[in-house]
Amino acid sequence: MIRPDAPVLLEVRDLRASVEDQPILHGVNLTIRAGEIHAVMGRNGSGKSTLSKVLAGHPAYTVTGGTVTYQGQNLLELDPEQRARIGLFLGFQYPVEIPGVSNLEFLRVATNARRQQGGAAELDTFAFEDLVRERLAVVQMDPAFLERSVNEGFSGGEKKRNEILQMALLEPVVAILDETDSGLDIDALRIVAGGVNQLASPENATLLITHYQRLLDLITPDHVHVMAAGRILRSGGPELAHELERTGYDWVDQELALAEVG
Amino acid sequence: MVASTLARTWEELAGAPLPSRRLEDWRFTDLAALTAIEPRPWSGADPLASLQLPAGVSRLTDVELDVVAGQTLARTGCDGHWPVRLNAHASPVRLGLRVAAHSAAQPLVLQFDAGDQGELLAVHLVLQLEPGASLQVAQRVSSTGVGVVSLVCEATLAADARLDWGLVAQGQTDAALLGHLAVVQAPGSALNLTAVSAGWGLSRLEPRVFQAAGAAHTRLRGLQWVDDHQLADTHSLVRFEGPDGQLDQLHKTVAAGAGRSVFNGAVQVPQAAQRTDAAQLSRSLLLSDRARVDTKPELEIVADDVKCAHGATLSRLQQEELFYLQSRGIAADQAARLLLAGYCQDVLRELPAAAAGWQPLAKQLLEP
Repeated sequence: MIRPDAPVLLEVRDLRASVEDQPILHGVNLTIRAGEIHAVMGRNGSGKSTLSKVLAGHPAYTVTGGTVTYQGQNLLELDPEQRARIGLFLGFQYPVEIPGVSNLEFLRVATNARRQQGGAAELDTFAFEDLVRERLAVVQMDPAFLERSVNEGFSGGEKKRNEILQMALLEPVVAILDETDSGLDIDALRIVAGGVNQLASPENATLLITHYQRLLDLITPDHVHVMAAGRILRSGGPELAHELERTGYDWVDQELALAEVG
Repeated sequence: MVASTLARTWEELAGAPLPSRRLEDWRFTDLAALTAIEPRPWSGADPLASLQLPAGVSRLTDVELDVVAGQTLARTGCDGHWPVRLNAHASPVRLGLRVAAHSAAQPLVLQFDAGDQGELLAVHLVLQLEPGASLQVAQRVSSTGVGVVSLVCEATLAADARLDWGLVAQGQTDAALLGHLAVVQAPGSALNLTAVSAGWGLSRLEPRVFQAAGAAHTRLRGLQWVDDHQLADTHSLVRFEGPDGQLDQLHKTVAAGAGRSVFNGAVQVPQAAQRTDAAQLSRSLLLSDRARVDTKPELEIVADDVKCAHGATLSRLQQEELFYLQSRGIAADQAARLLLAGYCQDVLRELPAAAAGWQPLAKQLLEP
């Protein structure tokens, strides 16, 4: 939903970043307002996953230039946990397995960290169980997954559903979903996309990082950005995604080549 | 030379010179935490005074105990070991227990605390499980200050007997623990031994399991946590003396501060032990640059038709796991605690229910 007067939630300006001294992002610009769904598309290696990790504060990435403003705050000076507590969420492409840590306990600690930031009371075990059971419905998840270790032995689809369950509990302001569609069969994709659609509201925003159109058939973006060589090469409406689906990414190479010459 | 005077006193008590670091089995094990304590005999309360035997467990008479004590030690080849000799010469508190054939005893809880008066508490435990008997033991040894625990346990499992044995050893930096756990298993029997040790200046545990004619199940779980200048050493030995035996062994270590951890896992599969299926895994987590871990599998395999797997991993807390938790709003230190708790939980959850309240790592997991 595009409302030109909606408040800006995330403002990325000329963002540059590297990993192990290898520059990956070469000046990314992006403005996300409340109520909007953005999609960043691009080939593997275009820098789109790096963008999501830099925004979430992954320690392996170094910001070498530019600014990121989140609801008026300098996001880049905050620890990853502080970013999460004020409402930034990263759905992982490869959710991490943590043996021995119960999923339920993990979800409770995370939910309480976010609630306390907002001034809400901590939920005890019983109150949290009520909440989590209610939110399980968003991703049609079996309560049995709560008793298992975090993501351990989960299938690809179960891991992604667990990510959206976390999103449903943490109620983020800006959710970045990194390749949430990868490795999902069509049923799991529908459930995950349904969850994302249910959680979208005029007050929050979603940034979908994806390679394929098929996720965008189920979640209609307001803005589509094409990323290549660490920059956003072109932005447009949902029709841009359809154009990519038809023509592939070859024009990206031509445009990049022209940019190099120019 | 105060130190050597003291050392000689421990030697006198054991009737044998202290094990030298030149011996392969003691190469990494500094006995300083023991020799720093003057050997003084136990003067505290009778540690068996409050013993309550559960239904199904009967006590051996002294005469019976005289006959059987030491047999399993000899059978597993450790009767001459220095810690065993020390125990024998230190007038140990002796306890012999039997579970009758085909009976399932109620859980047995045994607690021995060496206190903080710098005394030596020596305990010699003999367990006899008759054919088809089953027993769960929750055993705790501890020290609340300066003290030494000498623990020698012998268990015999007759055919189809089952022993679930949890040992929790909670010590202090100025306390030492020397323990031998010798088990002989008949075919069809099952041993499930979980040993957790934390906090001792010196902890040396030697589980020694012989499958007398193979065809038994042995499951070993170990977890040791060292911090400060503590040293924890587990030397395990499993020997198969007949075919079709099974071993599933996992040993975990957390090494923080300037702690030192030693694991030596010997597995012996002689010619008679065809179709043995043995797996051993040692996992170590280093929390500090000053900590040190020495881990060594020691497989002697003569039989040709066997499956013997072993592995050792050494790692730090994983950055990806930490970041995942942080990205959910969990602070770095709390994330590290959660990961550590998860790492330890693998072993802790295998302790018998009766040991659940002891929470041997509660302190460590609060402030890693």
